[in-house]
Amino acid sequence: MKIGIYGPPNAGKTTLANRILRDWVGDVMGSVSEIPHETRRARLREGVTIEVDGKSVTIDIVDTPGLATKIDFHDFLKYGLSEEEAKRRAKEATEGVIEAIKWLDDLDGVILVMDATEDPFTQVNITIVGNIEARNLPLIIVANKIDLPNASPARIKAAFPQHTVVPISALKGLNIDTLYRCIAEKFG
Amino acid sequence: MEGVQLNLISKEKLEKMSSMEKLRMILDEVKSGTIVVLESGLTPEEEAKLIELTMLEIDHENFVGIEVETYPQKSSGFLSRLFGKREGRLTVIGPANKLKTLVKRDDLIKALVRP
Repeated sequence: MKIGIYGPPNAGKTTLANRILRDWVGDVMGSVSEIPHETRRARLREGVTIEVDGKSVTIDIVDTPGLATKIDFHDFLKYGLSEEEAKRRAKEATEGVIEAIKWLDDLDGVILVMDATEDPFTQVNITIVGNIEARNLPLIIVANKIDLPNASPARIKAAFPQHTVVPISALKGLNIDTLYRCIAEKFG
Repeated sequence: MEGVQLNLISKEKLEKMSSMEKLRMILDEVKSGTIVVLESGLTPEEEAKLIELTMLEIDHENFVGIEVETYPQKSSGFLSRLFGKREGRLTVIGPANKLKTLVKRDDLIKALVRP
C-alpha cells in the first residue's frame, strides 16, 4: 500500500510523517519549518509496518509538498529570506505542487492533513477530497494541531461528514494511537 | 472606465468545450486580470489540472497564481455513482492578487475583488 500524506502548506504533513517513522522505524522523514513550503520534493519511505491490537499493516509513505493555488515569493520575505532565496523557494514550491498532484495517480490511499485551527473549506482541501473521491481511494482526514487552544476538529468533521476525521497533534503525539488504529483498519 | 472585468461562462458553453480548452481559456483570462465565473464549474480532475497549469505559469513577478471560489461537491447521487460522472458547481476564478476569499462555508462564500 502506497499512502500519500497530503495537505496545504504548514498543516503538519512532515511533522506527521516524522512522528509515524519515529514511532515505527526509529527514523525521520525530513526537516520542518515555520516557513511555508519547507517540503518541496516528495519523499518516499518504503516498508513501514504499523501494528495495533494484533492488526498489522505495511505501508510505503509518500510525504508530499504542500498544495497551493498561489505562490508569491513576497510571502517568504517576512521570514527573513533574501529576495534571491525567496524566489528560489517559490520556484521550487511550484514544482513541488506539480509533483504532489502527479503522485495522486500512483497511490492506494491518502492521509489528508488539515490544520484544525484554520478554516477547512479551502480550495486545496476541496480539490484534494474531490480527487480522492473521484479515484475511489480510501481516505483518512487528520485534524492536526489539537494542542493549540483555537483548534476545532469539529469544524473539519462538519465540513467533510462523509469521511473519517481523526483529531491529533502530530507534534505532541496526542491521540496518535487512534490514528494508527484507523490506518490499520482503513489501509490494512 | 476603470474596473475589473467579469466573464460569466454558461453551462452550455462549458459543456461544448474539452477540459484543456476550458483550462486554457480560464488561465488566459485570469492572467490578463479578468475574473471568470463558471456556471457549472470544473470536475475535481480539472481543478487539479488547473492548479498544475497555474504552477507552470507563475512567473513570480506579474502572475503569482489564482484564487478559486467554489462549494464542495454535493454527495453523489445514484446516477453519478452509476456513471461515475461528477458535476462541478458554480465557480469563480481570479488572479490571486485581485480576488481574495473572506469567508468560505459549505453554503456561503464571501470574497473581495480588488480593483
